[in-house]
Amino acid sequence: MTATRRSVVRSDFAPGRWLGRVTAFLIAGFFAVFFVLPLVWLLLAPTKDTAQLNGFHGEASLSFGSFEQLVANWNELVGFQDGRIWTWLGNSVFYAGVALVLTLLVSIPAGYALAKTNFRFRRAILISTLMVMLIPNTALVLPVFLEINAVHLVGSPLAVILPFAFFPFGVYLAYIYFSTSVSRELLDAARIDGAGEFAVFRRIALPLAIPVVALVGFFNFVTNWNNYFLPFVMLPGSKTQPIQVGLVELLANVREINPTTVASDSIPFPQLALATLISVAPVLIVFLFSQRFLVAGLTAGATKE
Amino acid sequence: MPTAAPTKKRQWAPLRLRRRPRTGANAQAFAAYVFSSGYVLLLLVFGVLPMVYALYLSFTKSGQFVGLDNYVKAVGDFRFLPAVQHVAAFLVIWVVTLTVLATLLALIVHAMRVRWLSSTARFLFFIPGAFAGAASVMLWLFLLNPSVSPVSFVLKWFGYTNFVQAIDLNNLPLIFTVIAFWTGAGAWIIIMYAALHNISNEIMEAARCDGASAIKTAWYIQLPLIRKWIAYMVVISVAVGTQLFAEPKILAQASRNQIPKHYSLNQLAYVTAFGPQADFNSSAAISMMLLVVAAGLAAFFVFRGGLFDRD
Repeated sequence: MTATRRSVVRSDFAPGRWLGRVTAFLIAGFFAVFFVLPLVWLLLAPTKDTAQLNGFHGEASLSFGSFEQLVANWNELVGFQDGRIWTWLGNSVFYAGVALVLTLLVSIPAGYALAKTNFRFRRAILISTLMVMLIPNTALVLPVFLEINAVHLVGSPLAVILPFAFFPFGVYLAYIYFSTSVSRELLDAARIDGAGEFAVFRRIALPLAIPVVALVGFFNFVTNWNNYFLPFVMLPGSKTQPIQVGLVELLANVREINPTTVASDSIPFPQLALATLISVAPVLIVFLFSQRFLVAGLTAGATKE
Repeated sequence: MPTAAPTKKRQWAPLRLRRRPRTGANAQAFAAYVFSSGYVLLLLVFGVLPMVYALYLSFTKSGQFVGLDNYVKAVGDFRFLPAVQHVAAFLVIWVVTLTVLATLLALIVHAMRVRWLSSTARFLFFIPGAFAGAASVMLWLFLLNPSVSPVSFVLKWFGYTNFVQAIDLNNLPLIFTVIAFWTGAGAWIIIMYAALHNISNEIMEAARCDGASAIKTAWYIQLPLIRKWIAYMVVISVAVGTQLFAEPKILAQASRNQIPKHYSLNQLAYVTAFGPQADFNSSAAISMMLLVVAAGLAAFFVFRGGLFDRD
C-alpha cells in the first residue's frame, strides 16, 4: 500500500505539479498573514504611547513598546469616567451570563423532545426553528425593538437578556446531537425499568449530553457577547451598555476623530486598541482553548454519518 | 453499572404507574410539551410575534389600516435607493470574494498532506472570528489609518495618505468585504473543509489512480460533491450581507460623518424610527422588506436545500 502510494507520489514529481504546489502554499501563506497580522498588531499597540504608535521616531509598526507603557495605558483606560469600562464589562458578563443559563435551560430539553418524541407540533417547531436560525440575528433586531417598545421594556436588562436567550441554533445543535448520539433503545430500557419521562431525561439523556451542553453554551456566549446591534438599540443609557456598545462610545472620545472631546475624557489610540482587545478577551480565550468544540459545532451538519 | 439499581426501580414501577395514569406514548408526548414549552414560548415571543407586529405596524398608521402607504413612503424616501445600491454593491463583491476564496482556501488546506500544517492553517484563519461585531470594525479603523497601520505601504500604493481618504464612500463595499472576510471566512473555510473531508476516500483514490491533477480533481469531483455547502454559504452570506449595520454605523462615526448615517438599509430603518421623523411605521416597512428577503432565502434553503432533511 505504502509502496504503491510512494510510487504514485514520485510520478507526481513534474515541474507543473511543483509550480501548482508552490502557488497553493503561497496563497495559503498570504492569507495566513492576512488573518494574523492585524492580531499581532493589536497585541503590540497597547504597549506604546501615541508617538510610538504613529512611528514618529521611526518605530516599526510591529515593534514592542514597553510593559510600563502598557500599565500606564491600562490605568488611564480604567480611569476613563471612573472605571466605566468595568461597568461595561460587568454588564456584558451579566447579560451574556444570565442569557447563557436561560438558553441551556430551555434549548437542551427542547432539542431532546424534538429528537426523541413524536408529538403534535414537532414538525412545525422544527421548521420554524430552522427558518429563524437561518434568518440573520440583525434582521429581527428592529422588529423585536418595536415589540419591546410597545410593552415599555426598552432600557431594562430583560430587553436584551430574553432575546439573547432565544437561540434556535442551540436547539438545532441539541436536536442533532440527541437524534444521532443517544439511542432510543437506551431511553426505552430506562422506561422499562420504571423511570418516568423526566427521570429518563435527567438521569440518562442529560449526562450523555454534556458535550452538546458545552457546545450550545459556547456558541450562545460568543454570539451574545459580541452582539452590538441589539443592545445598542435596546439600552440607551451609557451605564447599562455592554462592552461592545461601550467600545464604540469610546470612539467618540478619540481626539483624532472627534476634536471637540473634553481633554480629561480623551482616549488616545493605544488605549482604544487596548479596549478593543479587552472587549473580545473572553471570546478570544474561548476560541483559543475550545477550538475543537467550536469546530464541532460549525460542522455539525457537514459531517453526516 | 451496578445491577442493584434497576431491580430496586423495578419494585417501584407498578406504584408509579398507578399514581400517574399517563403511560407510554401519552406520557412521552406530555413530557415533550413540557420540555419544549420554554423554548416555544421564546420562539413565539421573540421569533414569531415581532414579525407579526412589524407586519401590522407596516400596514397601519396610528392603528388605522393604510394599505401600502408606509411602503410607498419608505421606498419613495430619497435615501432608499442609494441604500439599496450600497448594499447591492457590497453584496456582489462580498459574496463573490467569499465564495471563490473560502472554497479555494478550503481546497488548499484540505490538500495539505502534513497534518499539523493543515490544522494550524485552519486555526489561524479562524481566530479573527472572535472579533465578530464591533471589535473587528474598531481594529480595521486602525488598519485603514495610514499613520498607524502595519500595512500603511499598501494604503500608500493606492495613494491614501490619511484615514478620511482611505474610507472614501466608493471604497466602502470593498472595505466591508475585507472586514467581513477577515472575521467570517475562517468559519466557512472550516465548514467547507469538513465537507471536503467527507468525500469518500475511494473516490479521491480513484481520481488519483486515473492521474487526475489536483485542479481537475477539484473541478470535476470535489466541487460538484460539496456544491450544496457552497450554495449554503452563498445563501447565508446574502442573507447576512443584506442586514449590513454595525460596519457602516461605526465607520460613519469615525469618519466625522463623511459616510451618511443612512448608508445601509438597516441603518435607514434605524434612523427612520429613531431620527427626527420617529416614524415606526415606515421603519417597520423597511424592516419587513429586509425580513422578507432573509426569510425567503431561509425558506428556500429549508425546503429545497437538502442539507437539513434529517427528518
